[in-house]
Amino acid sequence: MGKGRVLPVIIVLLMLLVVWYAASIWLNAAWQLDIYGRGGVSSWSWTQFVLDAWSQDRPVLPSPHQVAADFWKSTVGLDIGSKKSLVYHSWVTLSATLLGFLIGTVFGIVLAILIVHNDASDRSLMPWIIASQTVPIVALAPMFVVVTYNLLTGDNIIAHSFHLTGDSARLVSKALISTYLSFFPVVVGMVKGFRSPEAIQLDLMHTYNASASKTFWKLRFPIALPYLFTSMKVGVAASLVGAIVGELPTGAVAGLGARLLGGSYYGQTVQIWSALFAAALLAGLLVVAVGVVERLVTRRMGARP
Amino acid sequence: MTAVVSAKHLGLIFSTNDGPVNALSDVNLEISKGEFVSFIGPSGCGKTTFLRVIADLEQPTSGTIEVNGMTPSEARQKRAYGYVFQAPALYPWRTIEKNVALPLEIIGFDDAEKRARIKRTLDLVNLTGFEQKYPWQLSGGMQQRASIARALAFDADLLLMDEPFGALDEIVRDHLNSELLKLWATTQKTIAFVTHSIPEAVYLSTKIVVMSPRPGRVTDIIDSTLPKERPLEIRETPEFLAIAHRVREGLRAGHSYEV
Repeated sequence: MGKGRVLPVIIVLLMLLVVWYAASIWLNAAWQLDIYGRGGVSSWSWTQFVLDAWSQDRPVLPSPHQVAADFWKSTVGLDIGSKKSLVYHSWVTLSATLLGFLIGTVFGIVLAILIVHNDASDRSLMPWIIASQTVPIVALAPMFVVVTYNLLTGDNIIAHSFHLTGDSARLVSKALISTYLSFFPVVVGMVKGFRSPEAIQLDLMHTYNASASKTFWKLRFPIALPYLFTSMKVGVAASLVGAIVGELPTGAVAGLGARLLGGSYYGQTVQIWSALFAAALLAGLLVVAVGVVERLVTRRMGARP
Repeated sequence: MTAVVSAKHLGLIFSTNDGPVNALSDVNLEISKGEFVSFIGPSGCGKTTFLRVIADLEQPTSGTIEVNGMTPSEARQKRAYGYVFQAPALYPWRTIEKNVALPLEIIGFDDAEKRARIKRTLDLVNLTGFEQKYPWQLSGGMQQRASIARALAFDADLLLMDEPFGALDEIVRDHLNSELLKLWATTQKTIAFVTHSIPEAVYLSTKIVVMSPRPGRVTDIIDSTLPKERPLEIRETPEFLAIAHRVREGLRAGHSYEV
């Protein structure tokens, strides 16, 4: 980060913290008064009230330092193997995210290749691809996860040909939700990318009597790579959302989604917020990782520094 | 002399949203081996279209055309020509060397042959030492030279050039014109060259084809009387000016502004 950017970022962060602290007094006030009422506390100073509102057990809105403390405790403070460790839950979600993202990216590229090279698939596939994204994923995920899990573990040809354990089947069925969300930006971006060569560049390949596959590998694919990375940045974030959604309604016991759901069952708002921060951090890291790969690739492709 | 390109009653009508456009009408032309033929005329006269028909990038709607005694499509499949476009059309993700290698990779030369050809053609266009540069690191004139090297790399006998220096300034253009003549002399290629500059056409060509628009047609074919050896100063000789005058007259006669 450059010198000129640190200060604005810090100022924005501080402002957010101020708003958050204020909101957590306001939203927790009613419950705090209730506690005082039941405990027979009749006189309290405003300082006492504010401090108490910031440190309730099950606040409506936990204060930032409560979330920070919980986040710290459940990441650094715990053994990674522990079932309460956020690192463990993040890894469960991350593995499904990455698997789903990988399948989604490959699937998206393959679909884009079909669409660009074949008019019939352009007209027949594109409407379905767009329609697929209009179905709310929250509605679809439970059925999807249950059906694929049963397909992968039951007594049928798919299960017999893959031989997955229960855990891997659970992973794959979650990953497929990630795939469902992440293939879309890749298809749309890559169709645009594969179609981005100028007429003169295609004419050039024509004068060499280049086959469709040569034209693809030497022109369409390299020219589409910038589009791929842009799509992948959107796709990887969508993948993470998909993995979490895949964990939410299906009784998953591990993963950030399970942590969020567990937190809301038991009113553990602090736990929900630290899981949310873990998810946000993870999404940020994934986008940055794609960005790093992008920079390495574009540098190899002779981009201006 | 054998005809490299032979067009008889060639016509091409584009159907556009505004109705049919008569891009080429009754074009009869022979280009012999080793000739340097320029096509000159105002925009819309069909000079680029004619070049694209030779290259099998456009299909004629009437008449016949042969390239090396074959149809343009067969000639293209035999890689009978190298094409230089108005823009260099270099791939920005490839170095100059890799750009020249592009047709060689597609045709399937082995590595040693590729290296030899890259070296030879880059040498021909005076770009030795720039192998590892990316296109954006080169000037416009150098980029166009790289694109000429790319068209020369696979040793087609026919070079089709569509206003290759049109976007360059006068000084660079002069320089590249004399380079091109030298290159033509060394390689003995047949060159078809589209331009809208009269001095460029007269300076370069052994034959000048004057064309006019609506419908695109050939109005005059001028055989140059200039010697093969042409220093830049030749452009001030009376002989040069006489040919330029005839080209200008031909353009004026064929240029209808009314339609």
